[in-house]
Amino acid sequence: MNGPQHGLGKITLLAKSRQGLFLTNENLVEIEQVEFGYGSRPVLKGINLTARKGQVIAIMGNSGCGKTTLLRLIGGQIKPSRGVVRVAGESVGDLDQAGLYRLRRKMGMLFQFGALFTDISVFDNVAYQLREHTDLPEDAIRDLVMMKLHAVGLRGAAHMMPAELSGGMARRVALARAIALEPMLVLYDEPFAGLDPISLGVTGNLIRRLTDTLGLTSLVVTHDIQESLKIVDYVYFVSEGMIEAGGTAADILASELPFVHQFVHGEADGPVPFHYPAPAYADELRLGTRHA
Amino acid sequence: MLKAAIAGVGRRTIQGIWRIGFATRFFLLVLFYSGTAFRRIGLTIREIYFSGVLSLIIILVSGLFVGMVLGLQGYETLQTYGSEEALGVLVSLSLVRELGPVVAALLFASRAGSAITAEIGLMKATEQLSAMEMMAVNPIARVVAPRFWAGVISMPLLAALFSAMGIFGGYLVGVVLIGVDEGSFWSQMQSAVEFEQDIMNGVIKSVVFGIAITAIALFEGYDAPPTAEGVSGATTRTVVTSSLAVLALDFVLTAFMFRGIS
Amino acid sequence: MNRTVIDLWVGVFVIAGMAALLFLALKVGSMNVVKTNNSYELVAKFDNIGGLKVRAPVKSAGVVVGRVTDVQFDAENFEAIVILRIDNRYVFPKDTLAAIMTSGLLGEQYIGLDAGGDTEMLKDKDKIFLTQSAVVLENLIGQFLYGKAQEGATE
Repeated sequence: MNGPQHGLGKITLLAKSRQGLFLTNENLVEIEQVEFGYGSRPVLKGINLTARKGQVIAIMGNSGCGKTTLLRLIGGQIKPSRGVVRVAGESVGDLDQAGLYRLRRKMGMLFQFGALFTDISVFDNVAYQLREHTDLPEDAIRDLVMMKLHAVGLRGAAHMMPAELSGGMARRVALARAIALEPMLVLYDEPFAGLDPISLGVTGNLIRRLTDTLGLTSLVVTHDIQESLKIVDYVYFVSEGMIEAGGTAADILASELPFVHQFVHGEADGPVPFHYPAPAYADELRLGTRHA
Repeated sequence: MLKAAIAGVGRRTIQGIWRIGFATRFFLLVLFYSGTAFRRIGLTIREIYFSGVLSLIIILVSGLFVGMVLGLQGYETLQTYGSEEALGVLVSLSLVRELGPVVAALLFASRAGSAITAEIGLMKATEQLSAMEMMAVNPIARVVAPRFWAGVISMPLLAALFSAMGIFGGYLVGVVLIGVDEGSFWSQMQSAVEFEQDIMNGVIKSVVFGIAITAIALFEGYDAPPTAEGVSGATTRTVVTSSLAVLALDFVLTAFMFRGIS
Repeated sequence: MNRTVIDLWVGVFVIAGMAALLFLALKVGSMNVVKTNNSYELVAKFDNIGGLKVRAPVKSAGVVVGRVTDVQFDAENFEAIVILRIDNRYVFPKDTLAAIMTSGLLGEQYIGLDAGGDTEMLKDKDKIFLTQSAVVLENLIGQFLYGKAQEGATE
């Protein structure tokens, strides 16, 4: 029967296509002078960023600085108003729908709370892309799904429904789903948000291990200092729509830049002020003046 | 003060017009990507289950009660003219022409329409639709189109079941309970109800209602703001808008179909 | 939900819906009997067709033998032209009378065919030349009142 051989052929093809990439440009993701805004409100005001293959890159900054927007630009969900976003040499904003879908098959994305399909089981969630985009027979798919679930440690939960999983487990299943087609790039949107210390450690460990064993590139958007600095190769700091700083984990920890320092050490007040802009306090309480 | 109010009305009108344009584009996209709904018929069948089969109980029970009430009220009125045998005609024509399609549509809108809106709104809010897009699966083809066709298929079937149950209910009350002559109940009905005029028009109406309700439900869900209030507001809007649409379309269709026929 | 159970219930639903439609079509309604390929056309002119409508039945001896398919106005003779479609199975003699009758007291109007004795039969597109117009209520009342007035005058 042609089935299993055909399927195996596809798997080796996937591996070969990644090998091919190593021979060309070392940068997998290149973001050049990208600007973007929602209507009249500018969110990104000129971002320059590169990610080399096999690296774990963290993009950090406080809430609302445009980190998630960056991920959506890379994924092609939105187009930059200026500048170029390149993935594997192709400009994402210029792709047509077929090209975009082709590119997305080589990308995986982990959403903030997992975004698992709630009406199907864990197994079916991980098998989703395999069923949609390949002609693999069911037993080959079963093996692949079990392999991915084993890699994230949830092979025993294969037949549970997403509603029965804890937050950390749901995120791990989503990770297994994201790597189902062995992508070359995985995007993580706040993978550490809301997890207990053990799950934090597990998740960070998984990100690093998978990046190294599968030869991926990982782009992690986060504001968790401790976990990410343990696993990343390079960090970009985004503030007010621009890259404020970049460096390795050691550079960042030792940085004297006020914004970076405030962020890393969790200081209450600094370049990012504690007080939301408001009129002077004395005026607010009407001290020192009598109104007739 | 007045200027602000007028500006507000103007702004909302423009927003409304923009929304209608957006909704039309969405509807055309759904039609365009409907190939998947039929190539992977399993998806559509699953949605027929959730829209149609799960609405069966409310449709059948309501149909029965509406028919029984028609039987009672109809008998009361016809008795004053000595025309009790026309009860079958009254019950069947009312149901097949109007009550079947319209009431079944209103019930469908509130049960299945709101469920569709809530489901899609929640999928949007929990980023499932984005996840699908990022996995190079078109959410309109995969999620929206099967639900659309399921609604369009289910609606006429539900309307027919409603009318059939209603006639049975009228029969129960009129013939079995009150004692109207069984023979004249059915024979007068047969001579008064026409296949093309009444029954086919009823089917056409229910198909049109199915299209309207499902399209509105899908659009509201897809367009809902991804918050709790957003989804609940969208669900309410679905029920209100599609109910109004059904009643308005009913008037238009009735005027068009039954012109010149007494 | 199990895939086969869903399929089963959807199948039941669709079958039930179709059955309801069939029930409505056959037991409740009446399928239009007269189709164009097994029927023939006749023309009849009336002074007054009263409330006769298109698709009204054409009956003979109380049995439906056809339908009214068109009602037109003759602007030269100021008459009504009625086109009938009669089932091929029934042929009528040339001296058949076509009268506009009312079913019941307040019922709708239909055409009643009273067969004559002629040996020649009406063929497709033939004209029925014996017709009786509808009874108009106002004329009837007028006649009644006039008759009453006459009676009163002669007393």
